[in-house]
Amino acid sequence: MRPILLQGHERSLTQIKFNREGDLLFSCSKDHVINVWFADNGERLGTYNGHNGTVWTIDVDSLSRFLVSGSADNTMRLWSVQTGKCLYSWEFPTAVKRVAFSEDDDQIVCITEQRMGHQGAIRVFDIDREGDGTDQSKEPVSFFNPTSSKAVVCAFAHTPNLILTGHESGKVALFDASTGEEVQANERAHMDVITDLQLSPDRSYFITSSRDKTARLHDTRTLMVLKTYTTETPLNSAAIAPTKPYVLLGGGQDAMSVTTTSLRQGKFETRFWHKIYEEEVGRVKGHFGPVNTIAVSPKGDCYASGGEDGFVRVHHFDESYFRAKPYGDLEIED
Amino acid sequence: MAPPNGVNGAHDDADDIDYSDIEAKYKVGYDEGFDNILVIGGVPVVDKSKLEKLLAKISKEFGRKGAPLKPEDMFMPWDDNTGKSKGFIFATFKNAEDAAYAMAAMNGYPFDAKHTFHINRFSDVERYANLDETWVEPEPETYKPKEHLRAWLGDLQGRDQYATYRGDEVEVHWHGKPSQCEIAHQRNVSDIGLYVLLRRSIITSQGWTDLYVSWSPLGTYFASLHRQGVRLWGGPSWEAQHRFAHPFVKLIDFSPNENYLVTWSHDPIHVPEGAQQGPQYFSPEDEGSNIAVWDLKTGNLLRTFPSAMPENEDGVKRQMQWPALKWSADDQFVGRVTPGQHISVYELPSMRLHDKKSIKIEGVIDFEWCPHGDKDREEAEKAEKTGKKPKENLLAYWTPEVANQPARVTVINFPSRSILRQKNLFNVSECKLYWQSQGDFLCVKVDRHTKTKKSIFCNLEIFRVREKDFPVEVVELKDAVTDFSWEPKGERFAIISSSDPNLGNPGPGANIKTDVSFYQLVRGKGDFKLLRTSSNRTSNTIRWSPKGRHVVLGTVGSTSKSELEFWDLDFNIDEKREGAKEEWGAGIQHLGTADHYALTDAEWDPSGRYLATSASAWRHTIENGYAIWDFRGQELEKHILDRFKQFLWRPRPRTLLTKDQQRQIRRNLKEYSRQFDEEDAVEESNISAELIAHRKRLVDEWNAWRVKVKEEVAEERRKRGKKEPKAKDSQEEEKEEIEVWVDEVIEQIEEEIVE
Repeated sequence: MRPILLQGHERSLTQIKFNREGDLLFSCSKDHVINVWFADNGERLGTYNGHNGTVWTIDVDSLSRFLVSGSADNTMRLWSVQTGKCLYSWEFPTAVKRVAFSEDDDQIVCITEQRMGHQGAIRVFDIDREGDGTDQSKEPVSFFNPTSSKAVVCAFAHTPNLILTGHESGKVALFDASTGEEVQANERAHMDVITDLQLSPDRSYFITSSRDKTARLHDTRTLMVLKTYTTETPLNSAAIAPTKPYVLLGGGQDAMSVTTTSLRQGKFETRFWHKIYEEEVGRVKGHFGPVNTIAVSPKGDCYASGGEDGFVRVHHFDESYFRAKPYGDLEIED
Repeated sequence: MAPPNGVNGAHDDADDIDYSDIEAKYKVGYDEGFDNILVIGGVPVVDKSKLEKLLAKISKEFGRKGAPLKPEDMFMPWDDNTGKSKGFIFATFKNAEDAAYAMAAMNGYPFDAKHTFHINRFSDVERYANLDETWVEPEPETYKPKEHLRAWLGDLQGRDQYATYRGDEVEVHWHGKPSQCEIAHQRNVSDIGLYVLLRRSIITSQGWTDLYVSWSPLGTYFASLHRQGVRLWGGPSWEAQHRFAHPFVKLIDFSPNENYLVTWSHDPIHVPEGAQQGPQYFSPEDEGSNIAVWDLKTGNLLRTFPSAMPENEDGVKRQMQWPALKWSADDQFVGRVTPGQHISVYELPSMRLHDKKSIKIEGVIDFEWCPHGDKDREEAEKAEKTGKKPKENLLAYWTPEVANQPARVTVINFPSRSILRQKNLFNVSECKLYWQSQGDFLCVKVDRHTKTKKSIFCNLEIFRVREKDFPVEVVELKDAVTDFSWEPKGERFAIISSSDPNLGNPGPGANIKTDVSFYQLVRGKGDFKLLRTSSNRTSNTIRWSPKGRHVVLGTVGSTSKSELEFWDLDFNIDEKREGAKEEWGAGIQHLGTADHYALTDAEWDPSGRYLATSASAWRHTIENGYAIWDFRGQELEKHILDRFKQFLWRPRPRTLLTKDQQRQIRRNLKEYSRQFDEEDAVEESNISAELIAHRKRLVDEWNAWRVKVKEEVAEERRKRGKKEPKAKDSQEEEKEEIEVWVDEVIEQIEEEIVE
């Protein structure tokens, strides 16, 4: 599994995303730039320039037509994937920490940070898909402030009227998209900050990673914890591999203390865990800083990891990965 | 004429009220008024002529113990018939407190060889006299059988135990084959009352390790250190067995046969007002001491000592030596050195100074008792049966160069105190005494300096104790030796030497280069010859297997290297019988290398089959945890655990099998091992079947859940009026051609053109 090293960012990666076909890989970083790459050979297709601050988050729609990004320059921008032009820009009082498209691509949810007297807020916008995309409504269709602990990650749940959030306290919750009411919550899902949240293809379950050194698989409707993967390092990202029963976890010790310790101690590997048995099956080394974000291609043929070291590493799975049945012949539903 | 409810009338009635009940309640007890009078028994019987002298002597003795008593305050009853005293004294003190103190200080005081004082309160004497004379049969206590403290040895699978201390949790595990590993006992520290968090800051600031747990040397007891003292646990249910109240205890040491316990606390003993009294507690005379000796069986305090903190020439206090008290191998004696002056040896169980005087040795620095080997024990048993006097204990000590006297190592007999062997040494800066575990050899590691005192080199002076006149052989080395270790029960030793200039002042990240050498006794010739040296290494620790033969060399405490090397010194032991004499040192074989990142400790299990390494949070906080390896260096278990502190194998007592029985077992080893292999095979198939079933169950649960959820999701989608997932039609459009240009360098030719 020889990796392709994508060298296009000058600072640490914040999020990476595959498009639905898995042929394009989008990456954003603290150097204000968003890149798009061919997943197949690692060639850079282009960049999306315009943000004046760390780009914290990106998401691409299922048709690979629009790209949405959120940044520390207090804007959320909509881009044309094909031309790299910025189509629309929303301004907020604080930084945008997380964005996500709905399943039908007609809505965007975003989290803005709690800072300078402004409460952390979740907003939902309608996206006008007719025309060239420059004509978007400035006002959100829904706006609410989750009380108690602040939300750090979010996504649309299995139905478009529910928004799934992960909080600083380790809580996961479901909010009604229109009223902003907390429909359901699991206060003790994690013991520390939730760092990532990724949904299964049909959005019926999801994985969260946390600084408490565990990743957990939850049922989207009941928020019940299905599986727990306990590691020995704080986790920054977790992803579900389609077609094979694995989850991928990445992390490493605090970026702050990395310089004082050797590579050996950092635990900067991407870990593969068996989704059902909760056993670690393997590790992939490579980054020389913590792994900040992991994404698996929706086709399940490759995965990519973005690190604090500024590199994206794309790994195409070997033939043996697909053939191997390390746990016998049991058929496992996706 | 008194008005019925008049103010004045009420006043007048007061005289008639009966106060007797209140008076009874608050009556001052006159009968306790004699509390300041003591009755001193055991006083020599004298006639009139010696009376004055005796009283003066008694008065002096009391004064010495801080309980002043004037001769005129003593009254001695007289027997007029014989004209002699009756042998006891009434002593009047100023008040009850003084009397109580005098009683505590002087009761049981040996006045002279024949007379010992026994003191009672005068009021007590009366009470004893008034005792009810009719005897009442005491309720017989129902006998509760005690748990067998060595029950763990009866384990059917013959497993060993180990204790781990992590965070606030102490666990005792069974260690065996993977299927047989289990937690034997688990306890939260707060249950047993370890005030770890409370004490940590204080302890680390004093440079000591944290509070910890410890096994007794034969594995019978498990000791935990608390703020209030030491607690011992044992038996299959881990009941508390004993406690020793020594507040703020920091260090403990057991005697080799688990008869006694020594405790040390940095804070001098202080007995507060109203503290509990009794043989198990400190009394006022123990105030200010640091070291306490306890009888393990009764829990009684035997004696306390102030700890001697040796001072350097410049007045800086050096670190205290621990153990401060050294036990002879048979628990008969315990010795304590006062550096530069003498060694004091105390007899057990009385804890009296042997022969009433210390062994005066000018300049003595350190001493060691000779351990007892199997032979010694056999002899001792025989001697006991035949009624002969058992062999004496050996004791070795060294003195540095003073004035015109050379440094000297001396071996003496104890208790006869006769000198057996003495050897003079020159240019000595430091000596260390190492007895071989059977007491066959004594190695004195002598660090010598050159005339200029600039460089240090090392001599090993090896005394062959079993031979006549203790012949000494010297192994001269050019480098400084940092670690020396005898093979247990063997005739080999290993040393780590270094000529690295950085030795002694290790910089951060720098590894000291070391050489490791093995030496072996040449039978017949009687000297030690080098087996093998491997140079240019980083190892700094030698760990012999307790059964000998195997040894692990480790790099411990380094931040950049953490290697473990497993060696076998008798690798071709099986072929040896067949014939030709093998080459010297040919049996040494490197079995394997392992790595436990940032390890701080390595310890063999009592059977010599497994090695445990641990990285303790007391030293650093990186990858704390422990690992267990087999003797070849194969990792068996590894646990990375936050806040892991301590790993301890439970020691085993000496085997009860006779030599013949052991030989029998060794002969039939193949037979046994076949049996074990069969058991293993059966078990393995059981486990894998279990695991497969477990996984099947997990998968079935998951699949059932997925089927249900998928249906529900599809249902919801239909309700929302959406199509079925479009996954299927997307399959076709994926046939996409990707054209990739690949540049490949086939050949590169460099031509040089000459004009």
